[in-house]
Amino acid sequence: MSEHNTADPKSARAHARSMGGTRVEAMPTVPAMDAAIRPDGVPAEAMLWDETIAAGGYAAKRLNRGARLRLVDTKGDACLSMLVFNAERPIERLNIADTIKVQWNAYLGEGRLLLSDMGKVMMSITQDTSGRHDVFCGASNAASNAARYGDGDNWGQHPNARDRFLLACAKFGLGRKDIHACVNWFKGVTVLTDGATRFDGGAAANVAVTLRAEMDVIVMLANCSHVLDPRPDYPVTTAHVSAWRGAVTPTDDPIRNATPEGLRAFLNVEEDLRR
Amino acid sequence: MNMSNQPELPGEILLDEIVAARAPWTAIVRRGQTLRIVDLEGNQAVDFLMYSLDDDAERYSLQDTIAAQGNLFLRTGTVLRSNEGRPMATLTGTSVAYHDTIGGACSCESNTLRYGHHTKAQHACVENFLQGNARYGRGKRDMAPNINWFMNVPVEADGALGIVDGISAPGLYVDLRAEMDLVMVVSNCPQINNPCNGFNPTPVRMIVAA
Repeated sequence: MSEHNTADPKSARAHARSMGGTRVEAMPTVPAMDAAIRPDGVPAEAMLWDETIAAGGYAAKRLNRGARLRLVDTKGDACLSMLVFNAERPIERLNIADTIKVQWNAYLGEGRLLLSDMGKVMMSITQDTSGRHDVFCGASNAASNAARYGDGDNWGQHPNARDRFLLACAKFGLGRKDIHACVNWFKGVTVLTDGATRFDGGAAANVAVTLRAEMDVIVMLANCSHVLDPRPDYPVTTAHVSAWRGAVTPTDDPIRNATPEGLRAFLNVEEDLRR
Repeated sequence: MNMSNQPELPGEILLDEIVAARAPWTAIVRRGQTLRIVDLEGNQAVDFLMYSLDDDAERYSLQDTIAAQGNLFLRTGTVLRSNEGRPMATLTGTSVAYHDTIGGACSCESNTLRYGHHTKAQHACVENFLQGNARYGRGKRDMAPNINWFMNVPVEADGALGIVDGISAPGLYVDLRAEMDLVMVVSNCPQINNPCNGFNPTPVRMIVAA
């Protein structure tokens, strides 16, 4: 005999409805304008997204050009792996190799751009208080998590980032072939002179990255332990994400004009959207 | 051709082809077979993708390869891994100190960023990959971060990186042993705006033995 009174449809409905309004740590605020804490200066009506992503959790969101996306490592051990697609044509996606090659640098930070595989800027990094990010080591997978934690399944206690992306992609009609090389936010990897990768871990609690969408994008985030993290117990903590409406980048924007390569990446977006 | 600096390949030669400068090339290489790529004239970047023959959603992954070996560079002994973390091929020997996998493939579109819009109409590796994959029914979703054999991309302490003068030479080689049945897709890089081909694209030789 269940402790719940769910023996008939009306009782089951009453039982289900009694759960409404429950608060847990990892959940979205709907509507986002009701978020307990808003970024400085952002009016409630501009809020588009407010969600806490569990350790091992994932989330995805379509954002319009100009929207701002803030990622917060609330407890100091988040690891947000991110995929980015052009929302209008998801066949265009983040290209890590072009991102570092075109900008002549291996590290992401304030002022840098995320570039697509079609010679366009997808997002700009407008703020970064972490300084510990990684473009080289990518998403954990079922095999790597099984080797380290005993399992890596979406239905278990140690989900892997690749299989989180698989679910996020499926919900946008995308599949395994659409999971591209990702960015890992909040876990640093330094390249040494012989090419070796050194895992630097996270920076601190409450560090944040703010991005500006430079085209309509779909962003997918998986919050799973970093594949190089040597600690044994699935070391990852919750992350908070929020997004709000913002102005499309003006032509005198300092990030847009910072380098000749970056400026051409903006010009290519602007040309594509001139209709 | 002088092959005196190359060790003898094991077993029977199954295929021996020259890839023209600027051209694509594809082959099925079975588990246990070895592909040797020879840089015939020196410092010719050979852009390289591979897929599991049984399941082409499983493909080469630079990030899984780098994370597993803890190093950006591909050297003798490197295990090339898939996006599922499985070994696809092993770099069993090379006469070049290291090869690149972070530099990606040149494209018409990225050329416009790197050099200017006057380069948009130039042939590029992504064009070769798209054409090479098309004959197997694959398309742009099958583009993945690739390997650049014989290409040199150092990373400095401040993160500065770039395609710089090569460290290969005429007759140098790399050997890959397939650890699963593979489809290999190559672009013999046509880039003329940086030193990856010494500003002069040249042919390369492909030998498969088992």
